[in-house]
Amino acid sequence: MTKSTPPSGGFFPRNFKIHPPAYAPAYKSSIVRSPKLALVSIGNGLSELTGPVFGHEELGPTDNDLIANYAAQGESPIGERIIVYGKLLDERGKGIEGALIEIWQANSAGRYRHPNDKYLGPLDPNFGGCGRTITGEGGSYEFRTIKPGPYPWPNGINDWRPSHIHFSLFGPGFAQRLITQMYFEGDPLIKICPIVNTIPDNESIDLLIARLDMANTIPMDARAYEFNIVLRGQRSTLFENRLEGN
Amino acid sequence: MVNSPQILQELPSQTAGPYVHIGCVPKTAGLDTMYGGQHLGSQMINDKTLGTRISIEGKIYDGTGTPIKDGIIEVWQADAQGFFCSPEEKRGKPDQNFRGWGRQPTDRLTGAFQFETIKPGKTPYMATDKFQAPHLSIWVAARGVNLGLHTRMYFPEEVEANDKDPILNRLEHQNRVHTLIAKPLSDGKYQFDIVLQGHNETVFFDV
Ligand SMILES: [Fe+3]
Repeated sequence: MTKSTPPSGGFFPRNFKIHPPAYAPAYKSSIVRSPKLALVSIGNGLSELTGPVFGHEELGPTDNDLIANYAAQGESPIGERIIVYGKLLDERGKGIEGALIEIWQANSAGRYRHPNDKYLGPLDPNFGGCGRTITGEGGSYEFRTIKPGPYPWPNGINDWRPSHIHFSLFGPGFAQRLITQMYFEGDPLIKICPIVNTIPDNESIDLLIARLDMANTIPMDARAYEFNIVLRGQRSTLFENRLEGN
Repeated sequence: MVNSPQILQELPSQTAGPYVHIGCVPKTAGLDTMYGGQHLGSQMINDKTLGTRISIEGKIYDGTGTPIKDGIIEVWQADAQGFFCSPEEKRGKPDQNFRGWGRQPTDRLTGAFQFETIKPGKTPYMATDKFQAPHLSIWVAARGVNLGLHTRMYFPEEVEANDKDPILNRLEHQNRVHTLIAKPLSDGKYQFDIVLQGHNETVFFDV
């Protein structure tokens, strides 16, 4: 091994069968925002195996509590109080600790706190709609929030998004970077959502649906939903130093 | 397929949607006081960061030539000596005043993005003794983008290093290399536009 040898194998190649294709015309926004030419496969060097590190001290104490992080003193947002928790894992099943997770969502009326959102559903003065955390031991994370409402959106004439929370995810390597959305078990809008249906198969869609977890629900306070997140895992380093000329 | 260590599957991607600014750069969405009024990745350098100061500006265009105003762009890069600020970096000690990561919105009104950073050093290529030309790894997410897009920015003055760069060299269509090379403006200023689709479509990578 030379001094410049990367410390470990690259990530398992991305399985494009489980991801939405760039061009998914039923989701109209993708039509002019999808590259037409093939992605060039370059594998992983240090630029892809490494990625940014974030410290707990960079975050505030209520950053992962969307019920508290925008509310006026002594007040709280309107809606169903929930906890969203789970583990951030890699494809080997190993917990990813110290990773940044950021979320954003509509309020209980389905309205985002954003100047471009003109939906009739009202803003909630006590709800901002974003949160972030850094994963702990074994990759565990938790957020407290209000269950977001469904909302209509300009795609077809009558398209509605199921209740969902957007997740932005980091692993140790920049090649693991991922943004996705979490849905709620039992929501009848999941099946008919053009964005959900950009994902080619139902089994993969299922991985984005959080389960109601009564065991971790706090009685008389907040229901719990479990959502485990998987990012790409790394190959082993066997024979990796024979890649010369690759 | 015996005893594959790959026992789970990466979650499928979903678009960042039209409101990614709320989650990643909340001030841009009007949440002025959230997270202390400053988003992660907004400042890449401080007074003590080593290296040549550079600034990069650009826009991200869709297939109709319209700038995207609801996206985010992230950069990941080595420090001035070519070290990455990561526990995976085993070759040397990275600059303690440089995380190497930045994130900016495409402006809500104009679509423009801007980074103030330093020029990275050269970095090794895979498990070889070859070097890669100085570059920034770039990642783009936006409404209508179903899976975040990876690309790179190289430097126009690094003619020799770019000519020898193993990634640029392996592009089948050498007439697309220019989409990965920034345009020089004035001293230390570069323009790097990204085209998602159509004429002069930027090269995107499967990494
Ligand atoms: Fe949404």
